[in-house]
Amino acid sequence: MKKIRINSFAVLAFVVTFIFTTFNANANQTRENVIKRGSLNCGVSQGVPGFSNADASGKWTGLDVDFCRALAAAVLGDPNKVKYTPLSAKDRFEVLKAGDIDVLARNTTWTLARDGGLAVEFIGVNFYDGQGFLVRKAANINSAKKLNNVKVCLETGTTTELNLRDYFNANKLKYEQIGFTKADDAVAAYDAGRCEVYTTDKSGIAANRTKTKNPADHIILPETISKEPLGPVVRGNDENWVNIARWTLNVMIEAEEYNVTKKNIDSLKSTTDPVIKRLLGLEGDLGKNLNLDNNWSYNIVKLVGNYGESYEANVGTKTPVNLPRALNASWRKGGILYAPPVR
Amino acid sequence: MFSSNFKNNLKKNLEFFNLLPQLVLIFILIFLIYSFIINTEINLKSRNLNFGFDFLNTNTGFDVQFSLISYDGSSSFLRVYFVGLLNTLLVAIFGIFFATILGFVIGVSRLSSNWIINKLSLVYVEIFRNVPLILQILFFYFVVIRSFPNPEKSFIILNFFIANLQGIYIPKFLFVNFSSILFALLISLIGIIILKRYANKIFYDKGKIIPVIKISLFFTSVILILFSLIGQVSFTIEFPKIVKNFGIINYVGGVKLVPEFIALLFSLSLYTSAFIAENVRAGILSINKGQKEASRSLGLNDSQTLKLIIIPQALRVIIPPTTNQYLNLTKNSSLATTIGYPDLAAVFAGTALSQTGKAIEIIFIVMMTYLTISLLISFILNLYNKKIAIIER
Ligand SMILES: N[C@@H](CCC(=O)N[C@@H](CS)C(=O)NCC(=O)O)C(=O)O
Repeated sequence: MKKIRINSFAVLAFVVTFIFTTFNANANQTRENVIKRGSLNCGVSQGVPGFSNADASGKWTGLDVDFCRALAAAVLGDPNKVKYTPLSAKDRFEVLKAGDIDVLARNTTWTLARDGGLAVEFIGVNFYDGQGFLVRKAANINSAKKLNNVKVCLETGTTTELNLRDYFNANKLKYEQIGFTKADDAVAAYDAGRCEVYTTDKSGIAANRTKTKNPADHIILPETISKEPLGPVVRGNDENWVNIARWTLNVMIEAEEYNVTKKNIDSLKSTTDPVIKRLLGLEGDLGKNLNLDNNWSYNIVKLVGNYGESYEANVGTKTPVNLPRALNASWRKGGILYAPPVR
Repeated sequence: MFSSNFKNNLKKNLEFFNLLPQLVLIFILIFLIYSFIINTEINLKSRNLNFGFDFLNTNTGFDVQFSLISYDGSSSFLRVYFVGLLNTLLVAIFGIFFATILGFVIGVSRLSSNWIINKLSLVYVEIFRNVPLILQILFFYFVVIRSFPNPEKSFIILNFFIANLQGIYIPKFLFVNFSSILFALLISLIGIIILKRYANKIFYDKGKIIPVIKISLFFTSVILILFSLIGQVSFTIEFPKIVKNFGIINYVGGVKLVPEFIALLFSLSLYTSAFIAENVRAGILSINKGQKEASRSLGLNDSQTLKLIIIPQALRVIIPPTTNQYLNLTKNSSLATTIGYPDLAAVFAGTALSQTGKAIEIIFIVMMTYLTISLLISFILNLYNKKIAIIER
């Protein structure tokens, strides 16, 4: 009898230690975990060409993907050490909160309710966007004000469905929403004729239009019905990690502002400009503030590129997505991209 | 003396030994649950999140394509819960109905001596139960919306039936004094029950068969007509109307079946019916051949044998696994999310969850809801099963 009692206590002790070692394991040490793991877990979309999209061989590219690569370059010194997890709009925050990904870079709109209510932190904006509508040319509609009694295909769990209702109510127009959990299904249903309208962020529309059978049959209406500042998100309870992510984006933006590119960065090593010297990690020890090596920012630009380079390569006017810089140009060039000083 | 004492002690000890591991297990379980709760609380607090159901009273801000109760974005999260629940029940109830009928027909056909019917039903069963349900749902959905015509070229039968890829439209009957009809139906039902009892009695006492179905139909029609006249029942028909807005053509009004519902109902019914068919086949095969032979030698024909001798006994074997299939169908209806049918999982566990971030609360509510539905189905079928079980004498 005694023996059994001891055994059950042993079991109990095991259970207790198990519980206390497995829980609370990843609070406040995302950086340490990424380094220990040797790779960054990045949550992306299920496929938005130009932003995050996997090609046939499984290689991910896009503006959001480049952010993950830059983050991996800063922390691990290697932009390829990233594991991508495609996420639907409705699942993304729970997966981030649960700790399955270290960062969410998936055309996600910064709003008060999300920033304040979900225990996550938006670290900045990597694309200023707004919601629009895609319709068939044959519908003969040239303004969103004329959309009445329409069926609208969209993805649920988004700001899209909230703005949609605001817009139609404000304009006293009738609509019916058909919500999917995958952009691909929503686009396919729209393309098959289930809906007269497909709606999402204009960047997403431009990207998803390339998935219709005949992209030339559709037009994007001129109206922009909302503000959609899209940016990367991390867990809110890890200040060090929040800062690393925030300043990775800022370095990309500031590097463009000062014309530091992937190509010329090594030739700039002899520069006397203190701003560039700091960006290259040749002056001061900014890395210390983030618990990183001083060449963290050099690695970002050298291995991934500045914001402008990433933009042109993924969504610029020479790509199929074809989005002019507009708001997303540097503040010196008429846009609103403005990074706080990296110093 | 010594030996009996020893035996007693041993017995007591054995009882204790048997009990101990179970006590430990229960203790560990309680402890596990407790630490889960404590841990969750700590984690929520450390992230500045609070646990609570207050959000149920705030407005949702999003619309839902299709609802049995009035709802829009100014309604509360509690209301959207009911919207989802009713949509789940709708597809589950119709799904169970069609799956049962189809399952019985196919199950009996599987045993048919007609080679073609036999093989066709075999093919049916093998196809529908071996292709993953999610693929069937997506397949039907995109087949439905791709093979139906555009609204401009709708398939129309005299304004009574309009079909296009946005749905199937039928006229809506709007009754005045509908309560008289309900009353008539109630009276007919009571009449039919009495008739059936009487018919049974006559059958056992005198061996005479009374055509219950024919009489009931006649009786019900007479009562319905009578009450409609007395109660001044009238109705208007609301036909679906065509509405044009620039190049967009739409039908509004009438009753509308959306393709998401049709596709989901279709695939759930077909998939589940294949499993029910196998249960039916197994049930029938479990009945001793002698039963059939005895029945034939008493002069009953094939269909009487099936209806009066085989099926009632086979039901005892069929019902328990079929209960399982009903539960599966109900739970599988949550795959609706993929094709945009707004069921409980899609609208509440999906959209509402992601808009509020109240994961623990919402998943808890949804789990409890599915559990309750499942327990209810089991309970009802268990009652029925008890009723038809062999009465031990
Ligand atoms: N920016 C909006 C909407 C973002 C969104 O999810 N858009 C869809 C439509 S393009 C999408 O990106 N889907 C990609 C996917 O299914 O993974 C938000 O944050 O709620």
